[in-house]
Amino acid sequence: MTDLISVRDLSIEFDNRGTAVPALRGISFRIQPGATVALVGESGSGKSVTAQAMMGILPSTARITGGRILFAEPGVAAPPVDVTKLARDGRRMRRIRGRHISMIFQEPMVSLSPLHTIGDQVSEALFLHRHVSRRAGMQRTAAMLGLVGFPDPDRALRSYPFELSGGLRQRAMIAMALICGPSLLIADEPTTALDVTVQAQILALINDLQAELGMAVMIITHDLGVVANVADEVVVLYEGRVVEQGTIEALFEKPGHPYLKALLRAVPHFDMQPGERLESIRAVDYQTGPLIEKNEPWPADASDVLLDVRHVSKSFATKASGLFQRRAGKTIRAVDDVSFAIRRGTCLGLVGESGCGKTTLSKIVMRAIEADAGDIRYHDRGRTLDVVHASEPELLEFRRRVQYIFQDPFSSLNPRMTVFDILREPLVIHGIGDADYRAAMAKELMRLVGLDPRFLNRYPHSFSGGQRQRIGIARALALKPDLVLCDEPVSALDVSIQAQVLNLLKDLQAELGLTYLFVSHNLAVVDYIADDIAVMCRGRIVEAAPRAALFREPLHPYTRGLLAAVPYPDIHRKLDLAAVLEGAARSPAQWPAPYDWSGDAGELVDVGDRHFVRMRGEPARTGVAA
Amino acid sequence: MLRYIVKRVLLMIPTLIAVSVIVFTIIQLPPGNYLESYIAELQAQGETVDQQKVDFLRQYYGLDKPLPQQYLRWAGGMLKGDFGYSFEFNMPVTKVVGDRMFLTIIISLVTVLFTWAIAFPIGIYSATHQYSWGDYGLSLLGFLGIAIPNFMLALIMMYVANVYFGTSIGGLMDPQYIGKPWTWDKLMSVLAHSWIPVVVIGTGGTAGMIRRLRANLLDELKKQYVVTARAKGLPPGKLLRKYPLRMALNFFVSDIGSLLPQIISGAEITAVVLSLPTTGPMLLAALKSQDMYLAGSFLMFLAVLIVIGVLVSDLALMALDPRIRLTGGISR
Repeated sequence: MTDLISVRDLSIEFDNRGTAVPALRGISFRIQPGATVALVGESGSGKSVTAQAMMGILPSTARITGGRILFAEPGVAAPPVDVTKLARDGRRMRRIRGRHISMIFQEPMVSLSPLHTIGDQVSEALFLHRHVSRRAGMQRTAAMLGLVGFPDPDRALRSYPFELSGGLRQRAMIAMALICGPSLLIADEPTTALDVTVQAQILALINDLQAELGMAVMIITHDLGVVANVADEVVVLYEGRVVEQGTIEALFEKPGHPYLKALLRAVPHFDMQPGERLESIRAVDYQTGPLIEKNEPWPADASDVLLDVRHVSKSFATKASGLFQRRAGKTIRAVDDVSFAIRRGTCLGLVGESGCGKTTLSKIVMRAIEADAGDIRYHDRGRTLDVVHASEPELLEFRRRVQYIFQDPFSSLNPRMTVFDILREPLVIHGIGDADYRAAMAKELMRLVGLDPRFLNRYPHSFSGGQRQRIGIARALALKPDLVLCDEPVSALDVSIQAQVLNLLKDLQAELGLTYLFVSHNLAVVDYIADDIAVMCRGRIVEAAPRAALFREPLHPYTRGLLAAVPYPDIHRKLDLAAVLEGAARSPAQWPAPYDWSGDAGELVDVGDRHFVRMRGEPARTGVAA
Repeated sequence: MLRYIVKRVLLMIPTLIAVSVIVFTIIQLPPGNYLESYIAELQAQGETVDQQKVDFLRQYYGLDKPLPQQYLRWAGGMLKGDFGYSFEFNMPVTKVVGDRMFLTIIISLVTVLFTWAIAFPIGIYSATHQYSWGDYGLSLLGFLGIAIPNFMLALIMMYVANVYFGTSIGGLMDPQYIGKPWTWDKLMSVLAHSWIPVVVIGTGGTAGMIRRLRANLLDELKKQYVVTARAKGLPPGKLLRKYPLRMALNFFVSDIGSLLPQIISGAEITAVVLSLPTTGPMLLAALKSQDMYLAGSFLMFLAVLIVIGVLVSDLALMALDPRIRLTGGISR
């Protein structure tokens, strides 16, 4: 079979203010018609640049310095076209782009224009490349929207992107890419920004459509779980070179290159033995110091529970203002009667999909948001603080004990402050120590997260994402807190960096006796770091249990649905994509009794061994094994 | 949508009432009033004061009444289209302003069109060819335009035109048309004269608009949706017009709000230098000579224009941007 596309010895350089920075150093691979090829590598390895070169949409600072990209239009006898030789915006390039090769992007939120309707944007490529009448074109667009799973395609034609959820926007992107029936679809991290159940649905959808339309797919990702589930062949990129390529079986069974081996070991998975560590590709060499280790001792009779949250609720009102009076808008219960406790020195993982209220909850705990109702007790060395009713001075003291690590390492550090100022700021705010102490502490904190203290006078932009997140961790630890709230601390990081930060968090917890509330949508990550896990859905906790019990014996249909949607980096345990597409586990009304929320949402019932499940009516212990 | 418009229009009423109170307070703030200084001036010149006229004016405007009553009289009159009486010109304000207003609007509209016509292509070129020689050159010109004060440019142009071309470029029409009723020839004469004030007044605005359009467009060009559109195979020109330019228009539309009052009052100093028969110099004179009803009505008129301008640009934004149209009124 002739190759659909064949990349030969492709080299690309970026012009960085006069200096040439190589992005690709002679890569070669090919894609056959109908095949799925995964391009794997970490940020900066050249994955996206490759795709941009194939589409002829390289940024203007990039230059192709060598090699060819041969594209053979299927069913046409003409010799293959060298894409690199075509004018970027010339007619021939544009004919290929969008018609024969199309692309979907990582961020469905920003990849669509907010000013144009979905119908307009999806049909655009069709009217551009095919000669169809307005009516027929719109009909075909609606049909395509139906195919990608829009419940009401005719309405979708007229909706704007900001009216849709992230999953639906990505579906619209897919419809847009497929409307001309391309022979190659390039998917650049198509599911990284999505929840796991939505990710599984999107993967299933691409899989389905691929079979139906007979196109080839090139999927770009750093998630080996995704690769194992969809790819036929894998190309591993590392620093602009292909370090390994072959069929998925060959590569996953016998990874040859150290990078791929390391990558496979860096992914948290559910079969890990107790005490087994992820192997980070670049391990952090950290060391604690005398200042950070010296902390107020805990009395022997101190409470075992550090944080006790009881019946906390929080609603947000959407105000719809009328002409003459304010109508009461919809009320959204972001957090609905949530109770949990964290034992000192342990980690509670809070899992749920976007919008389930987990971040709101973590902000209520540190009283960045006021709860509508409920009670939060913080037990500090024999004293008990009523967090909800604490006075300002009490809160100041409380916030020395409780610190926060944020999700986005790029926006959570002030770009105009040096790292030294960033690390020193908490000490300055709380008036701790003198200048010498703060300087010594800042150096110690840098070593604590494995960074060179000589970097203290640098600004955040000179650090990578993983390094920035470590600076964020160091800042959170500057006040020697007992409880650290981690809000998705690794979800913005590459898999290899994710392992590094997770290991660091784990080590620091053991070393400094920290307690974590770890918020994440990634079950595997939570499985790796947490001792107890609570699963949240629509503001309520639906299941809570010690880690092992939850993953060994998930009871609630929502938890099961989440677990079933996690892709394993293992080709023998593929997702049941057909089951996922049905998405039966998603709506509370469709959950089987006694878990359904028809009428009331039931309550958390203890099924033994600190395993709680939300169900209605009598604790149906017999139904538990089902 | 309709509900929103009605609400906005109703909201204009209290806004304008508040503005009118402030305007009235301001024009009453200086000690004395026009009548007093007028009488004093006449007496100083040894002339007799036309007592009848003074009494008529004092009564007509109730200058002997307490301030709140004077305010109500003034504000009530405006509602009926009576903008008061200009003491200095000895005739109703509407008559004083009328002709000048028309000329001002012509000059200003032409200026605005000139600004747009020049700024749009240059701004788009600068943004799409960032850091090219063309961009640098046009940016230099733009900065010069911002940096040179308008009245200075007016003086230089007058000098150059006089010395090298032997023509006087002051005024807005050939002398024989001044004070004559409007005819086709008069209009032509006005248009023929208007290009110099248009260029002089327009340069600053043009340069500023080029910079803003360039900056806005550059932001938009980096957005991911532009890449998406390119990936569909859209030709570059169509892509630019349909996506980034459309987004960059938002700032442009919100400018309309401040544009309307500028049309009426804009470029006072340039108008003085070029001795243009527009409203700018008149406002200046009215404020200087305490011609309170002329000044007050004028300020009120500007306020009305601002409020209407803001409403127009808000409505235009709603029409242009579905995010505003569809999520408006919902606060989180």
